Amino acid sequence: MIKKVTNHLSQNEALLFERSSPGKKAYQLPELDIPAVDAAEALGAENVRQEIAGFPEVSEVEALRHFTRLSTWNYAIDYGMYPLGSCTMKYNPRINEVVARTEGLAWAHPYQPESLSQGCMQVMACLEAALAEICGMDAVTLQPAAGAHGELTGILLIRALLEKRGNPRLKILIPDSAHGTNPATAAIAGYAVENIKSSETGGVDLTALEQLVTGDVAALMVTNPNTLGVFENNIVRVAEILHKKGAMLYMDGANMNALVGIARPGDFGVDVMHLNLHKTFSTPHGGGGPGAGPVAVKKVLEPFLPTPRLKRSGRRLAFDYKRKRSIGRVKAYYGNFGVLVRALAYIQAHGGPGLRNATMDAVLNAVYVRKALESYYDLPYQSPNMHEVVFSDDRQAKLGVRTGDIAKRLIDYGFHPYTVSFPMIVHGALMIEPTETEGKLEIDSFIDAMISIAHEIETDPQMVKNAPYNTRTSRVDEVTAARKPVLRWKPA
Amino acid sequence: MRYLPKSESERRAMLDACGVSSPEELFAHLPEGVRLNRPLNLAPGISEYEIVEYFRSRAAECATGYASFLGAGVYHHFRPVLVDTVVSRGEFLTSYTPYQAEIAQGTLTTIFEFQTMICQLTGMDVANASMYDGSTAVPEAAMMAVRATGKGRVLIAKSVHPEYREVLATYAKHQGMPVVEFGYIAESGNLDLEDLERQMDPLTGAVIIQTPNFFGIVEQVKAAAEIAHRHGALLVVVFTEAVSLGLLEPPAEADIVAGELQSFAISPSYGGPYAGIIATKGKYIRQMPGRLVGQTTDSRGNRAFCLTLSTREQHIRREKATSNICTNQALIALMATVFMTVYGKQGLRELAEQNLAKAHYLAGKLKPRFCGKFFNEFVVRAEGKSPEEINKALLKKKIIGGLPLGRFYPELADCTLLCATEMTKRADMDALAEVQA
Ligand SMILES: Cc1ncc(COP(=O)(O)O)c(C=O)c1O
Repeated sequence: MIKKVTNHLSQNEALLFERSSPGKKAYQLPELDIPAVDAAEALGAENVRQEIAGFPEVSEVEALRHFTRLSTWNYAIDYGMYPLGSCTMKYNPRINEVVARTEGLAWAHPYQPESLSQGCMQVMACLEAALAEICGMDAVTLQPAAGAHGELTGILLIRALLEKRGNPRLKILIPDSAHGTNPATAAIAGYAVENIKSSETGGVDLTALEQLVTGDVAALMVTNPNTLGVFENNIVRVAEILHKKGAMLYMDGANMNALVGIARPGDFGVDVMHLNLHKTFSTPHGGGGPGAGPVAVKKVLEPFLPTPRLKRSGRRLAFDYKRKRSIGRVKAYYGNFGVLVRALAYIQAHGGPGLRNATMDAVLNAVYVRKALESYYDLPYQSPNMHEVVFSDDRQAKLGVRTGDIAKRLIDYGFHPYTVSFPMIVHGALMIEPTETEGKLEIDSFIDAMISIAHEIETDPQMVKNAPYNTRTSRVDEVTAARKPVLRWKPA
Repeated sequence: MRYLPKSESERRAMLDACGVSSPEELFAHLPEGVRLNRPLNLAPGISEYEIVEYFRSRAAECATGYASFLGAGVYHHFRPVLVDTVVSRGEFLTSYTPYQAEIAQGTLTTIFEFQTMICQLTGMDVANASMYDGSTAVPEAAMMAVRATGKGRVLIAKSVHPEYREVLATYAKHQGMPVVEFGYIAESGNLDLEDLERQMDPLTGAVIIQTPNFFGIVEQVKAAAEIAHRHGALLVVVFTEAVSLGLLEPPAEADIVAGELQSFAISPSYGGPYAGIIATKGKYIRQMPGRLVGQTTDSRGNRAFCLTLSTREQHIRREKATSNICTNQALIALMATVFMTVYGKQGLRELAEQNLAKAHYLAGKLKPRFCGKFFNEFVVRAEGKSPEEINKALLKKKIIGGLPLGRFYPELADCTLLCATEMTKRADMDALAEVQA
């Protein structure tokens, strides 16, 4: 039975371009306090454009309604549970939005004098220190803009260290359970990718690893807990195998929500890792970004971190640009500062003990979901899970219903789907990550929905295959979108 | 804790259902020696009020109440109120990447509108859903050009933003992508087209220029395109000041446009988050990095949008993907979309005209170092004193002066890059000119 949602009027809305009419305005500029300038004269007539053909012309109220109406066509954390595995869709505290807009911070220009930027630099220094403590690492750079960007930074750091030791090596090892950004990153950093098959329990296969780690291997990129939500129990051994051969251990920290306050990568052998502040540290995803992907390293890698580095000089903070061994910049300026502010506000709100409690609730929620659903959905890997749980559609597929169909039916019940078809080592994966910011009522209602769908599949699989029914947009034809790409509006 | 929505009795009931007596037991499977056996060395949690106070105090240690003449890639433009109103809506703020199209049509529709407006502004056929920022869009564009031409060498103008060039160097280093710089003309600040011609060779796959360039000067896109194309390379045109596109001829001769949208309602925020874009000609679509939204229909035959052409991307293609980008800057791109909507066809032009007028008023009181045509930034030579000394004197008048160029261009160590926008007041310009001139 669908309990969480009821249908409700949804406003239709045309595209901006279809709403436009010449002369409509949503702006008013102040009168110029200086003489106007003739554009053709100042810029050269050949450099001045004609009108921007097709650009919108709408009034203020129409603009507001346009975006408000469109917004109601989205699902969001603010509406309910968003159990996208690997994405850590937790509540985004609103205080973070408020402090990020504090004038002296929001309007700080990256080139204003350091003497007038001490507050911004202090925020960055505090966050660096907190993240280093959380990860058990020695130094942190805040420059990368997202997880994948952090990965690239981390692999370039490894490359720089190995180069200095005389040989950058040729390959990066990546488990077949890894996120696509890992191999894509290794390629940009100039490495060949060698896949390493996961063991029967879904972890890094030690025997395979021993064979694969040769003098050609620069590093292993491992996600821990891995993308099954399972802690790599052999992680210390994995680090030893790599280190013995002069290779490094990179950790994709996308799943740090399972570890904060409980275990620290730096303590179990990781040399370099990234964090996703837009996952573990509650900064909003905003429909796909912005994020921030700080990178934490052990001391040996510190000299190679991107320029500039924050340093203390007396009671002041300053940027150090003269770092001979640095890999260089990965981004202009200092990082996604506005995201950093939000993450620090989150860490302050929880505090040390609070962060640990959040981790415990995140794991409790995922284990609770597993217990409740394991008699309805196939659980391909039986190891204890942490912050997320991965089922397969094995049983439902026998009736012709796949994970993607179950996901669409879940929408009718008023939930955002889980992550579909990832990790690739699970055939037909349902990857569920509740996060700690879901209460018992919401989770119970999610569990009810999943059980109800399991029953529906047994009685009427075809109905499930055509879901969703309760949305303003029914199943979208993605095949035609790719076959005949229409990527912009054009006048009819 | 206010972010954890469980009562003690609910938590207890859940622990019971899991068959454990304490939350710690959930971690019992972690090997010995892996667990942290002490509390994190971080202060205890604090209230909303204290958090606000903390950040207010930090903000008070930064510049407030100053007039600023800084540009150099980050511009002070007024942010229309609707921008914050729209992006504060939880439906946009707290949703993920729109993979589930049926419940993400809001985000998907706005991205489709964004892609369309970027094409209209730049004269390109397709634009992606955003890159991290302008600086990272440059190496992505270079890699794209290299893939499209099969030629690995990249020529970049010295008048491209210096930090963008640094980022390109970092990315290019390990991809067998030699990067060579070519110069600018000392009198005009424009591209040195003869130097470009001289440095072209059959291995060059990309020529990268910026307009208006780092000195604020409007470049000869057509001439650069002619040289690049004659040698079988693609032309990448970079922009950092998007407002200029309200008035300037779009770089339609480019093959790829890589830009920064910070000017479209994004607060300077000490360097980020901003939003980059890549736009290109139709024939290069399959070489594009990043997400793309396409139009299609739903099973009832209604117009709908979805992410598309994802076989270019890392989650499908892995190490053969066109880029490793996953999370982009969607919400920032939405801010830019609202900004473009509010100003619209007329407003963006008027806004650009005001910027032009302000900068030319200021330049009229000073002596620009270069004779090239400029938009809202220009270079001046410091007379008598060093740029740093002048800036120090300006700070006393609550004015943050322009960017001294010596740190990026030793040959311009006596020069400052000044910017004026629609927000720059006449009185402040007059005050600056008195000290600067
Ligand atoms: C395991 C894992 N690694 C890496 C990433 C990439 O992070 P980002 O999207 O921030 O670039 C993700 C994000 O989806 C992920 O889940």
